[in-house]
Amino acid sequence: MQNFWTSPGGWTLLAVGQILLVVVVLLVSIAFLLLADRKIWAGVQMRKGPNVVGPFGLLQSFADLIKFVLKELVIPAGADKVVFLLAPVITVTLALVGWAVIPFAPGWVIANLNVGILYLLAMSSLGVYGIIMGGWASNSKYPFLGSLRSAAQMVSYEVSIGFIIVTVILLAGTMNLSEIVTSQDGWFWNWYAFGGGDTWPLIVIMFPIMGMFFISALAETNRPPFDLPEAESELVAGYQVEYSSTPYLLFMLGEYVSIVLMCALITVLFCGGWNIGIPIPGLDTLPPTLVSFIGFLVFSVKVVFWFFMIAMAKAIVPRYRYDQLMRLGWKVFLPMSLGAVVLVAAWRVFMTAGA
Amino acid sequence: MALQAIAFYLMAAVTLIAGLSVILAKHPVHSVLFLITAFFSAAGLFVLMGAEFLAMLLIVVYVGAVAVLFLFVVMMLDVDFSALRRGFAQYLPIGLVVAGVLAAEMVMVAVSVATTGAASANAVPAASGPDVSNVVTIGSVLYTDYVYVFQGAGLVLLVAMIGAIVLTLRHKPGVKRQNIGAQVGRTPKTGMRIVQIQSGAGVEEEATR
Repeated sequence: MQNFWTSPGGWTLLAVGQILLVVVVLLVSIAFLLLADRKIWAGVQMRKGPNVVGPFGLLQSFADLIKFVLKELVIPAGADKVVFLLAPVITVTLALVGWAVIPFAPGWVIANLNVGILYLLAMSSLGVYGIIMGGWASNSKYPFLGSLRSAAQMVSYEVSIGFIIVTVILLAGTMNLSEIVTSQDGWFWNWYAFGGGDTWPLIVIMFPIMGMFFISALAETNRPPFDLPEAESELVAGYQVEYSSTPYLLFMLGEYVSIVLMCALITVLFCGGWNIGIPIPGLDTLPPTLVSFIGFLVFSVKVVFWFFMIAMAKAIVPRYRYDQLMRLGWKVFLPMSLGAVVLVAAWRVFMTAGA
Repeated sequence: MALQAIAFYLMAAVTLIAGLSVILAKHPVHSVLFLITAFFSAAGLFVLMGAEFLAMLLIVVYVGAVAVLFLFVVMMLDVDFSALRRGFAQYLPIGLVVAGVLAAEMVMVAVSVATTGAASANAVPAASGPDVSNVVTIGSVLYTDYVYVFQGAGLVLLVAMIGAIVLTLRHKPGVKRQNIGAQVGRTPKTGMRIVQIQSGAGVEEEATR
């Protein structure tokens, strides 16, 4: 049996099984996170939110799914059919492949890449193609303008996200996401949000940097208050005007998958991933599977916390204007994150001996 | 290993077909999309060779940034295809010369690899150990042996960036710009005035800012 799983066929089966498991768990949790998003939004505005389908409206997302799939698919007459249908598929695929390197728990990761964090950066920078292609292929002015706005926004905030990631790489000394998480074990002050243990004075830099990453993640995923591509009270729906039925569903799904991916990324980079934050005596004596499961629960709680923050930002923050968005990205976040890289690098070189 | 061979032939075939489609596609936007596919599968080939850092850089820099700009420009240009086709024969000789030189170089490299083996053909500094990732290897070479060349390349990019800004930046007079500092720094004292209005007399106009 040992031989079968290491043979090419068995390896392929195992990999496919792991990928399916992650995707299914992820999609089911996103169905409920989507509902949570709407419920939180409703709660802030003193509404009830979806509460008809299933107990407390728990099945609302599945009802929406069935509704979207059963609707008629309309393709505009002048549209580039192949690119038009390819765009949402690309969006959702790129959002899903990013999860391959996320370490859920000790040893629970599909691909333990040495350059895992660069891989995530690469996949999120590719996400812009789904939007540009969708806007262009619709062969209409409004989706095209919407896609240009959206693409410019995503490209701008990628720069500051890249620099913020560099500060964490400098502190951890590795690009492997699992190793970044293991370097934050023990007490919660070892988390990079709180400066990371020995380098604790860097909390002055790292804690605001975490906030900047959170805001950049909102802009990168086109979430409110930066949802200018959609801006449903001012514009038509940006790049997805011409989309209906399943392709539209795929765009929305891709958006939510990348939002949760960003939550997972904040958790891994700044909040210690699967680490509880308080060393519990006797945890090591438990069977490894149980330890991993506890780690997975801790990780999920942190991800849900960050998703709650994103949902609250949607509910309480007014929308930015486009020039303010660009100003924030290029004139505020870029110099600040660049300065943070310089300071953290200087600290690593001059203050940590033998690092 | 069989899986690696399958992955290699798959990605090599995709790269070749996409590269061919770049020049055969009727629409320039399709050409750029095929170019992106070619970049992407080339990055996959890099990963197969164990150069995962280079592969990720290829995707982040070329696919994530450069090709996006290509796509922007090509989408917004109104290209007249028949005019482009007309110039085809005119540029054919010089194109053939360039293609011939490239083909000769590739044949020479292939011949030298076939005769002397791949190990001597790529004289790269070897990684200092089997478990040292190639990020560490590249970093230790780039910031020590090649630090001046590296800094020089950075300076060239900086000059190009400043040049682009100088060429395009225009300060139009008469454009109202938002001064965020002044907005935030407003106090009731500077922002409003209290006027006692006499009955029958208007409020005198203050010079607008």
